[in-house]
Amino acid sequence: MTTLTLSKALNAGLRKALENDPKVLIMGEDVGKLGGVFRVTDGLWKDFGENRVIDTPLAESGIVGTAIGLALRGYRPVCEIQFDGFVYPATNQIVSQLAKMRYRSRGNVSLPVTIRIPFGGGIGAVEHHSESPEMLFAHTAGLRVVACADAADAFAMIQQSISCDDPVIFFEPKRRYWDKAEVDTVSGVTRAMPLDRAKVVLEGTDVTLLAYGPLVRTCLESALAARQGGPGNGHSIEVIDLRSLSPLDEETICASVRRTGRCVVAHEAPVYAGLGAEIAARVTEQCFYHLEAPVLRVGGFATPYPPSRLEDHYLPDLDRILDAVDRASGY
Amino acid sequence: MTVESGGATTAAPTFQPREAEQLVQLLTPEGERIEHPDYPLDLTAADIRAMYRDLVLVRRIDTEAISLQRQGELGIWASLLGQEAAQIGSARALSPQDMVFPTYREHGVAWCRGIDPVKLLELYRGVSHGGWDPEEHKFHLYTIVIGSQTLHATGYAMGIQRDGAVGGEDAEAVVAYFGDGATSQGDVNEAFVWASVFNAPVVFFCQNNQWAISEPLEKQSRIPLYQRARGFGFPGLRVDGNDVLACYAVTKKAMQAAREGQGPTLIEAFTYRMGAHTTTDDPTRYRLASELEVWKLKDPIERVRAYLVRTGQAEPEFFAAVEAEAKEVGARVREACRTMPDPPPLSIFDNVYAEPTAILSEERERYAAYLETFEEAGR
Repeated sequence: MTTLTLSKALNAGLRKALENDPKVLIMGEDVGKLGGVFRVTDGLWKDFGENRVIDTPLAESGIVGTAIGLALRGYRPVCEIQFDGFVYPATNQIVSQLAKMRYRSRGNVSLPVTIRIPFGGGIGAVEHHSESPEMLFAHTAGLRVVACADAADAFAMIQQSISCDDPVIFFEPKRRYWDKAEVDTVSGVTRAMPLDRAKVVLEGTDVTLLAYGPLVRTCLESALAARQGGPGNGHSIEVIDLRSLSPLDEETICASVRRTGRCVVAHEAPVYAGLGAEIAARVTEQCFYHLEAPVLRVGGFATPYPPSRLEDHYLPDLDRILDAVDRASGY
Repeated sequence: MTVESGGATTAAPTFQPREAEQLVQLLTPEGERIEHPDYPLDLTAADIRAMYRDLVLVRRIDTEAISLQRQGELGIWASLLGQEAAQIGSARALSPQDMVFPTYREHGVAWCRGIDPVKLLELYRGVSHGGWDPEEHKFHLYTIVIGSQTLHATGYAMGIQRDGAVGGEDAEAVVAYFGDGATSQGDVNEAFVWASVFNAPVVFFCQNNQWAISEPLEKQSRIPLYQRARGFGFPGLRVDGNDVLACYAVTKKAMQAAREGQGPTLIEAFTYRMGAHTTTDDPTRYRLASELEVWKLKDPIERVRAYLVRTGQAEPEFFAAVEAEAKEVGARVREACRTMPDPPPLSIFDNVYAEPTAILSEERERYAAYLETFEEAGR
């Protein structure tokens, strides 16, 4: 076991992928000599050369579009989109080209492209640097959409995404890049949990609390606070890290809700038409007779992401999450 | 330039290209063979007869497809009428190992790459989104979102570089097809940037057919399109797009340069869309019939026929045989289209992912069960 930040764990995972498969390429803006604006690709350009770690021109559609061409040629490109708010120029290439190629070609073509996107707020950034656009992609058939929440998962999930034969949109919780955890970098990913499964990170009996990416830690802290008294006093909260947003691991979610009878979903993305809405519909359909309360959602408002001096109001924090838990428990 | 009182510009100055300037031509509209110092021709009489056959057959397939759409057998068809020479000439210049990225109008190129025309009809009938294996034919799927494929072509070419397949005997290159309208797309301009800075072995083959649905070229560019290449740092040239020999020669040379590591070339094939944009379009609403009449005199097939007859390189029997074959191909395409079955309903769920997800499998099962409820009602 090694103690690594989430950012370093991603770096180690990318390095493993580059070592294990000569077809793996890294491409994006500033990913080479600089090592990426968050240093996730630090040192890879030096060790693997500019043919495999490619500093691209500044155009996101170009990054994804040429990655598709490289994948058609048999490569496994890993694209970095520098910030969440910069992915939209690549939307045509992701939604109309990357996601649909297998379907359009009747299975003749696989596009094993991974698109890494640092996402979410909480770092005091200027506009377009704090968004959560995951549902645009989760709503697109043909894409897998995942979000890592800790260093150990980051290390394994990035390698699993790269070796996956489907395109994967890989969301990285940018405000957790510096969080440390124990990472098993020796035994590789063979023993890791499959990419499309959710993980129970804290067991509990009263309420199921679902999150992904940056809010997993917030939810964990909420659950621990609730056990120690204070807000949400006395509730035993089960926290699940969804990990895969598309497809969704309904089995793990519903098994938990059937035990607890209550479900709260938290994400930074706007509540309106967010992943919580899909989960609420599915849980209601599948766990109807087990539910003691409606599925509640806590998340961003139906507004653009606000100026950073207001982001603490916008982002779900411990208190807002436990407020939702209290409301769910009040039924 | 007209400037209104509010300061809004209503009309940009129009650049009037001198059509003859820089236009590579090896066969005049009258069928006269002319020499060009940069483009000596390596074709035999048999090669040119084979190209004539290609031109006639793809026009016949196109004519059949338009009729099939009118009869309700196809949902839509994008005709290549008038662009046969640009497509056959460029496609016959390719090596088998070269990769092609087409738009949705490249029926002539598809023909040269060995795609059964019936496969093209599948797309326009609504039976598939493109039923061929791109690697098998080295011909990618038709791309409908304008210009997107130019980036795929460039990325593929970057893969060729990484495979060490530039220079040498078995060198490969890529050709990306697109139209005049596409040159306004961001993706096409990004592809130019990428191809240039990475020196990728890709040829950009632009069929300037003068019209992007209803918008004439002036809505896309103030300068001749081939001149754009210079600003990106690679050569561009204009070829008579209705001259199959010239299209062959310029493409052959540009592909060879790409294979040798000399990077990209932009070819502007100056041609004309003689028909509608698609069968849903009505060009009489936006262009004059007189324009079409002018271009009819530059027909890409007639000049090859005139050349072959004048030089005694083809006998009347040859033309009769091609005509007979065209009828046969037309009949086969017609019959295959009319008898083409709809795909089974549950194939909707196939090939979304490498392995079906749990949610997809559940939807499939539920819909299958739902369909079963109609069984006894005589489905």
